[in-house]
Amino acid sequence: MSAGDSVPEIDITGLRKQYGNAPAVLESVNLTVAKREFITLLGPSGCGKSTILKLIAGLTAPNAGTIRVDGMTPLNARETMSFVFQDATLLPWRTVTQNIALGLELERVEAARREREVAGLLELVGLKHVAQSYPRELSGGMKMRVSIARALATSPRLMLLDEPFAALDEMTRDRLNEEILRLRAEQNWTAVFVTHSVPEAVFLSDRIIVLAPNPGRIHAEFHVELPGPRNSAVRNSPEFDAIASRVAHSLRETLRQ
Amino acid sequence: MKQRAITVLNALAVFAAFLLLWQMILWIFRVPFYMLPSPWAVVKAVAARFPSLLNALAITAEESAGGLAASITVGLCVALVFAQFRWVRKMLLPYTLLLQTVPIIAIAPLIIMWMHAGIAAVSVIAFIISLAPIIANTTQGLISVDENLVNLFLMHKASSRQLLFKLRLPHAVPDLFVGIRVASGIAVIGAIVGELFAGSGRVGEGGLGYSILYASSQMQTDYMFALVLAAIVLGFSFLFLVMFLEWHFLHRWHESARAPE
Repeated sequence: MSAGDSVPEIDITGLRKQYGNAPAVLESVNLTVAKREFITLLGPSGCGKSTILKLIAGLTAPNAGTIRVDGMTPLNARETMSFVFQDATLLPWRTVTQNIALGLELERVEAARREREVAGLLELVGLKHVAQSYPRELSGGMKMRVSIARALATSPRLMLLDEPFAALDEMTRDRLNEEILRLRAEQNWTAVFVTHSVPEAVFLSDRIIVLAPNPGRIHAEFHVELPGPRNSAVRNSPEFDAIASRVAHSLRETLRQ
Repeated sequence: MKQRAITVLNALAVFAAFLLLWQMILWIFRVPFYMLPSPWAVVKAVAARFPSLLNALAITAEESAGGLAASITVGLCVALVFAQFRWVRKMLLPYTLLLQTVPIIAIAPLIIMWMHAGIAAVSVIAFIISLAPIIANTTQGLISVDENLVNLFLMHKASSRQLLFKLRLPHAVPDLFVGIRVASGIAVIGAIVGELFAGSGRVGEGGLGYSILYASSQMQTDYMFALVLAAIVLGFSFLFLVMFLEWHFLHRWHESARAPE
C-alpha cells in the first residue's frame, strides 16, 4: 500500500534521456513532487516535457538517474497512476460506457463493481446522456471528458496529463480546467500536467516548472498562490495577471538562449 | 429518395442502350447466331435450361464460398500469429506476397494430381487464390495501432493477449473486411477458372466453369452467354453480401462503413 505522506509522490534525481546517438532530450533533471500537489511542466516544444511524463509512467527508460513514484520504480507503481494522452485515444468500437470501463476491465475488476464505478463517473463528468454513444458521435471536448473519466475509473493516486486540452477551443478548455480542479478536490490525487499554455498552467497549478530546450532542463520554478477559490473570476484578478506575466517572461527567456 | 430513383433510372437507361447496341450489331453486321446470339435468345436459353443453370450456379457458389470461408479462417489465424510474433512476420510475410503471384492456371494441374477433380479440388484453388489479400490486409490492420493506445493498455498492465484481442483485433476488423471484399471477388473467379481444369462432369458436380467449357464444345453460344450472366450474378451476390455484413458490423462506429448502394 501507499507509503506515508513523508515519502514524496515523485522523486526524480539526475535524470538524463537520449534516443540513440541524438543529442540528449533531457539533462540533469531533479524534481520532487509532494503528495496531492498539482504541478505543471511548461515549456516550448522540444523541451522534453512529454518525455518526463513517459519516464514517470515507465513507458520509456532513462539513460541515467533514478525515478521513484511513491518510493517504488515506475513499473511497480503503475497501478497507482493513470495517463491522459493529448488525443482522447478512445476505442472507436466501444461506447462511452465501455470506454470508461476499459482500465477496470484490463485490470480484471469484476463486472458488478465495474458497472457501479462507471455509473458514478458518468454522473461525475456529466456524460450520462451520451453513455451509449460511440466516440465518433461526440465533440472534441466530450471525448476528452470520456478520456479523463476512463483515467479516473481506476482510482489513481497520480494523474499524468499530457497536453490533454491542446486541441480544444478556448472556452471548452477553460471549462474543462475548472472541472479538473473540481475532480481533484473531490478525489485528492497528485497531478503532473504538461502544457504550453501559460494561463492554463497558472490556473491549475500549485507549482509551475518552466523547462528550457536543447537539452531539456529545468529553467525556473514558480509557486502559484491565488486569492480565493479557483473559478472563472480568479482569471481576471491582478494576482493572476502578475504571476502569468512572470511565467510568460521566464518562458521567453528559455527561447532566447 | 429522389436521388436514388434517378440513379436507378440511369442504370436502367445504360442497360437498355447496351441491349440496343448489341441487337444493332447483329442486324448491321449479320453476325451468325453461333458467334453472337441475340439478347432475346439468351433470355430464352436462361428460361429453357433454368434448372441446370441454377444447379451449375449452386455448385460454383458452394466452391467459392468454401474456398472463401477457408481463406478467411486461415488468413485471420496467420495474421494473428504475424501480429503477435514479429520474427515470424519478418520471415514469412514476403512469402504471402509470392502467394499472390502464383499463377493459378499453373498449379491447377498439380492440385488435380494430388486430389480428385471435383468440388473439393476447385475449393482448394479458390482458397489459394483468395488467401493473400486477407493475410495482407488483416496483418496491416493488426500492427498499425496508434502507439498511445498501446501505451494506454500498458498503463493498465494489459497482457499481450488482452492487447491482441481487445485492441489489435477490433482495430483490424475494417481491414479484414477490405481483405474479404477483394477475396470474395477473386474466390469466384478462382472457382470458375479452377473448374476449367479441375471441374468434374459427374452428375451434380458441373459448375459454371465446367458448363461453359461443355457448352463451348457443343457450340451452344446462347447457353454460354446465360452461364456468363450467372457468373456475374454470383460475383455480384458475393460482393453485396460482404458489403452488407461490413455495413452491419461497422456502421455504428467506423467512418468508412457505408450502406451498400
